[in-house]
Amino acid sequence: MSGIEETSNVSSEFQEERSEEEVEEEIGYEDPFRYVFYRDRKEWADLEPVPQDDGPNPVVKIAYSDKFTDVYDYFRALLKNDEKSDRALLLTAEAIELNAANYTVWHYRRVLLQALEKDLREEMRYITTIIEDQPKNYQVWHHRRMVVEWLNDPSEELEFIAEILSQDAKNYHAWQHRQWVIKEYKLWDSELEYVEQLLEEDVRNNSAWNQRHYIISHTTGYSDPAILNREVQYSLKQIKKAPHNESVWNYLKGILQDLGLSSHPGLLEQILELKETHCSPYLLGFLVDIYEDFLENTLEHHEEVLSKALELCELLAREKDTIRREYWSYHDSIATSSPNEIGPVLRNTIIIFFNFASTNL
Amino acid sequence: MGTQVKDVVIKSDAPSALLLDKHADYIAAYGSKKDDYEYTLSEYLRMSGIYWGLTVMDLMGQLTRMNQQEISDFIKSCQHDCGGVSASIGHDPHVLYTLSAVQILSLYDNVNVLDVDKVVEYVRGLQQEDGSFAGDKWGEIDTRFSFCAVATLALLGRLDAINVDKAVEFVLSCMNFDGGFGCRPGSESHAGQIYCCTGFLSIAGQLHQVNADLLGWWLCERQLPSGGLNGRPEKLPDVCYSWWVLASLKIIGRIHWIDKSKLRSFILACQDEETGGFADRPGDMVDPFHTLFGVAGLSLLGEGQIKDVNPVLCMPEDVLERLGLHPDLLS
Repeated sequence: MSGIEETSNVSSEFQEERSEEEVEEEIGYEDPFRYVFYRDRKEWADLEPVPQDDGPNPVVKIAYSDKFTDVYDYFRALLKNDEKSDRALLLTAEAIELNAANYTVWHYRRVLLQALEKDLREEMRYITTIIEDQPKNYQVWHHRRMVVEWLNDPSEELEFIAEILSQDAKNYHAWQHRQWVIKEYKLWDSELEYVEQLLEEDVRNNSAWNQRHYIISHTTGYSDPAILNREVQYSLKQIKKAPHNESVWNYLKGILQDLGLSSHPGLLEQILELKETHCSPYLLGFLVDIYEDFLENTLEHHEEVLSKALELCELLAREKDTIRREYWSYHDSIATSSPNEIGPVLRNTIIIFFNFASTNL
Repeated sequence: MGTQVKDVVIKSDAPSALLLDKHADYIAAYGSKKDDYEYTLSEYLRMSGIYWGLTVMDLMGQLTRMNQQEISDFIKSCQHDCGGVSASIGHDPHVLYTLSAVQILSLYDNVNVLDVDKVVEYVRGLQQEDGSFAGDKWGEIDTRFSFCAVATLALLGRLDAINVDKAVEFVLSCMNFDGGFGCRPGSESHAGQIYCCTGFLSIAGQLHQVNADLLGWWLCERQLPSGGLNGRPEKLPDVCYSWWVLASLKIIGRIHWIDKSKLRSFILACQDEETGGFADRPGDMVDPFHTLFGVAGLSLLGEGQIKDVNPVLCMPEDVLERLGLHPDLLS
């Protein structure tokens, strides 16, 4: 079968002294998988084929399409007869090779694997090869998950997924599978280390930042102030490495927003320091968010904070992030109309913090 | 301050005028050569392919060029005993293709080609204990399927068939720290999933649960200097995100946060002046999927020559008007 694919545009090499049809007739065996091109059929030998001139390798393309139809014609025949056999399993592999996105073929393959009680370890080897070849396809990953579940054995998964991610570190399917394996089989322990390694390689990898959040949320959580501060400092360190990085800013905002951006000790000071040496539209936008959080939570220095926020919004709209000027003018109005209701204890806490930071404004 | 922004550069000779007639011709002729390789290869999603083609034709006022009878017969032969609909004849049923079939028949005002009660039964049977939806009997869980389920039932007026509260609970559990949504709880935010989840919440009447400012920010951050939109940070722009991102923004009332004229230029540059149709980005090969979402995106941007498209269901507004369907939108 693979011989056909390799030599499909050089049919003369494929011919034997007797045609394969003659051999088959003699031994009384019909191999339904062997595709015979018209040019190989003796009853068409009197005609000279005229290849279509519609692009590179037209003969190969048409032949491939014919083979596709032929394989799927036989697949449909098997389905219709509900045939459960080894040759059916082999055919599903051929059909998958032609179109790994065909979910019906994958379904049938799973039915066959169970009905024929096939060796699932071998199936793992098979699906590994398929995914390596076509890693961006829902069906192949779902199939792998099913096999892992049937075997109840995740031992190869983290290494395998890491290998796939080494080819494309943002493969959405690979990450879903990784999250499932880790959660299902409680393989949390070394994942943070893995995430850090990926972020070393590419600090802008949004999938890795998402994974970081996933791991920490499911293990220590962020409620311990030491952990939260560790993450804040880690984020600031990555910002210094690559200031223009949407993911790290989303992460920083994400982990602080429940408590309030202005509530984290020393953060404003650190951001203002970074502004001098590692500025970016994200940093300026983050400052706007901090100031807005202040405005919502304190009456003190209201005019000053407000004017700073508005100044930044204008800078972003006019110069630093003009494509999102509508967003920045929205923040103009948010800042201006911030509510000023707050309890006295919280208010005093914020005033103390704000006075500490205000010398830097 | 070195910035490596992943983006495309639009060439000065890229198309800048809308070529609707060419797109209509492209779609009308698509699939007429049934032995075309690409066509054969995409059989496993044929039902969705038909939905994309018909919807874009309707948006361009050209639906009559398509063969309603042939399509209706095809759909009828794709409904299985369990009630679900498959992508094509001889394929297994799936919620994705069940939705596409119902959408197509809604365009034709002819849902009774299907056994509607059985469709409802099929969709109901896919809901899991935690409120999520499987795509089919093999159990893959994804918020895409939550959207397909409620969209199907909404079009049939049968939303009562499922546990909406539980379904909402699951979708909300997929909300991330950045305001976005992924395919399952914890999954990375992705514009396609965000469209499905905001669309879901709209149909379920729960849009107030979205953090519209935070999500709106994440969504408008998808716009790159070329004007095109990507699907998540540090990815290239793709015209289909003009739909997933833009429709989401429309649903949450923040569509004005996108630079409309820059996006329009990007979408127009994705046209192929020779063949008609839209590609994922300028210069690439066209296909019906990107053609629908390019045209639908332009409709959301207010293009006069294109019918209004509904941002939740990606169908012409006049069809939903006829059905009396007005999914919520935030203002």
